[in-house]
Amino acid sequence: MSGTARIRQARAAEFVARMVLGAMAASVVAVALFVLGYIVFHGIGAIDWTFLTQIPKDRGREGGIFPVIVGTVYTTLGTAALTLPIGILAGVYLSEYAPRNYTTRAIRLAITNMAGVPSIVYGLFGLAAFVLAAGFGRSILAAALTLTCMTLPVVITATEEALRQVPQDLRQASLALGATRLRTIYRVVLPAAAPGIITGSILGLARAAGETAPILFTGAVFQMRRTPDGPLSQFMALPYHIYAQVTSVPGWNPTLVWGTALVLVAGISAASIAAGIWRSAQRRKVTW
Amino acid sequence: MRGLIYACGWLAIIILGAIAAFLIHNSVRAIQEAGIGTMLSTTAWYPTSSPGKFGLLPLIVGSLYVTGVALLVSVPVGVGAAVFISEFSGRRVKDVMKTIIEFMAAVPSVVYGLIGVAVLIPLVKDIFALDSGMTALTGGVVLGIMSIPTVITISEDALHAVPADLRRGSAALGNTRWQTTYKVTLPAAGSGIFAASMLGLGRAIGETMAVLMLTGNAAVMPASVLESVRTMTGTIAAEMGEVVQGGLHYSVLFAVGLVLFIITFAINLAADLVLERQRKRWRR
Repeated sequence: MSGTARIRQARAAEFVARMVLGAMAASVVAVALFVLGYIVFHGIGAIDWTFLTQIPKDRGREGGIFPVIVGTVYTTLGTAALTLPIGILAGVYLSEYAPRNYTTRAIRLAITNMAGVPSIVYGLFGLAAFVLAAGFGRSILAAALTLTCMTLPVVITATEEALRQVPQDLRQASLALGATRLRTIYRVVLPAAAPGIITGSILGLARAAGETAPILFTGAVFQMRRTPDGPLSQFMALPYHIYAQVTSVPGWNPTLVWGTALVLVAGISAASIAAGIWRSAQRRKVTW
Repeated sequence: MRGLIYACGWLAIIILGAIAAFLIHNSVRAIQEAGIGTMLSTTAWYPTSSPGKFGLLPLIVGSLYVTGVALLVSVPVGVGAAVFISEFSGRRVKDVMKTIIEFMAAVPSVVYGLIGVAVLIPLVKDIFALDSGMTALTGGVVLGIMSIPTVITISEDALHAVPADLRRGSAALGNTRWQTTYKVTLPAAGSGIFAASMLGLGRAIGETMAVLMLTGNAAVMPASVLESVRTMTGTIAAEMGEVVQGGLHYSVLFAVGLVLFIITFAINLAADLVLERQRKRWRR
């Protein structure tokens, strides 16, 4: 084969490869836009003041989703209150204290494995450990604890990565001024790493808000007469509300179910976008 | 305070141990009365007949069918898209793709299930002229789409970890971008991409809500992907609400959970070891 033919062939291969790979990337974009568009298109018709402030009527075929929103907000806040302190401290341990040895490697392995445990298995664990063994019953507390176990790896990883990006100079400067190691961490290192920690945590919590499987047996109910009145109360939740209607309400009202999905997706996206914007604003403010 | 930090650091191991302990503890009755061998080798799943029959094979095969379809969707598309993002696109395209992938990963599984119910079930029913569109194929395609973000993210990390020198060296020898990619970069990132596929597999096998809404949940041995299947995850979710706490059926569902836990644990451990080896290889 002559040289020019070889070059021509290589150029053709380059062109085909670009087209095929580009088509794959484009198809991912298309699917994402389709998902977004479909939810918005079908759900937007349901969104009005009544829908957001009324209780569900006729097993969700009529009325609104107010207690459902409240249930998801309570559970997510509960999860945040439990996950953030524990996860941040664990991240601090890994970044600032952990020695480089096999036990640390084992902890890291445990964290990546926790992230891979199926959500339904967390549901089983929550049922056995928090609902029954700890005696919390089916409640916001039991569900929040279950979701905490699921979200912890995300918060720990985000914290550790954010802490690692804080330059060593800052720590040494603080120590040189006579601050203790602990004081250095909470006055210098943690504030510097806060944007990364908070953004990562919000992404993890947003995922927790959308989970159904872990709350199936730990406290979510399809119908209740009042909004939850304490951590030991059962609760309604947006993802469970969608699932329960589609699978067990004959003649479910598509408009209201898509409306519920839109509220859920919009809430999660809004939290993620806000976190992203806040992080880039902070990044511009802090320079090393 | 220092003690607290150490305790939190160790918590991951404690929680993982506690999950294993609770699953095993609650599975004991199933293992004793229904028998591991019987559960893993028989095909009759009639948990409510008396005596109940607890053959897990239809559920395991159901999970494998759905996961197999999911991999056929997620691996080619995910790896292809990752190669495009990492090797052929500029910074702006990269940023846009990153946002889109984050959105796809953030959409809850129940919403993917809902879209599957509205779009894919009627589509599969019409295309293959079936009585019902609730099949392993339907669930698998949606699961595949759901695992694409995982596959893209990990594959892209693996490609990114390949040192730029290798690419420059290849370019200096006169290779085109694509020649560099398939002769140099892809082989160098191969094990990482393999790990990405494994993690996508782990995500697909553990997914619950979408399959529960899409596969029809018939607990019989499927003959093809165009039949209704019931997965391990779907079985736990569908039946746990109706069982007697502490009963044999309850215990068998925990045993199913234990099987799932062991499978995903093995997959994650293997993927992690592969990724760690790759990381060491390119570290200077």
